[in-house]
Amino acid sequence: MDRERFSIVRGPVDPSCLDGLANDALGGVVTFLGVVRNRSDDGRAVLGLSYEAYEAPAVREFEAIANEARERFGEVRLGIVHAVGELDVGAVAVAVAAAAEHRAAAFDACRYAIDELKRRAPIWKKERYAGGEARWKSNE
Amino acid sequence: MNVRVVAFANVREILENSPRSLDLPEGARAGEAWNALEALFPALRAHRTSVRIARNGRIVSVDESLLDGDELALLPPVGGG
Repeated sequence: MDRERFSIVRGPVDPSCLDGLANDALGGVVTFLGVVRNRSDDGRAVLGLSYEAYEAPAVREFEAIANEARERFGEVRLGIVHAVGELDVGAVAVAVAAAAEHRAAAFDACRYAIDELKRRAPIWKKERYAGGEARWKSNE
Repeated sequence: MNVRVVAFANVREILENSPRSLDLPEGARAGEAWNALEALFPALRAHRTSVRIARNGRIVSVDESLLDGDELALLPPVGGG
């Protein structure tokens, strides 16, 4: 299949959506999955997360991040898919995959892509807690 | 003139409806759009320094001049991943 993919999807991400990233010339494929945890950073029981995105600009940001990764790490193929909507604990919120000729560039590009996505992609999440309360959580 | 305002996360909840349309004087700048919204929704004031404004998908300063039909997006600190 040999294609990159950058998208926002409704509901949990199916990690197999990035299966087509690699090709026969690429020997290293690194995948990162961001999964909904059952605890917040301050220890509260989390039932799930609600995500929303400024969708077209978010996808353009994914593409820009991939271009930057290529400038930094050489020939790398990337896929970035992020969920919006209601996600339960255990659901995949984001999948990032990087494929390169060798492993070092694939690890570096995957790490760069998820770090930059968290820092700057126009996506927001609200934590839903046991008891009905909910709170928007930024990455800052 | 009229612009379309889209907002996200806690700022969307303050605006009650997103997208919503906003009437502004001709030649208004992005900061004036924010001020007009703050007059309608005083709870926005607490977010004044943390929210970035995008005009037609691109981050702009408060001095950016607006045109009829623009889309203004109000972007609080992000939380993806």
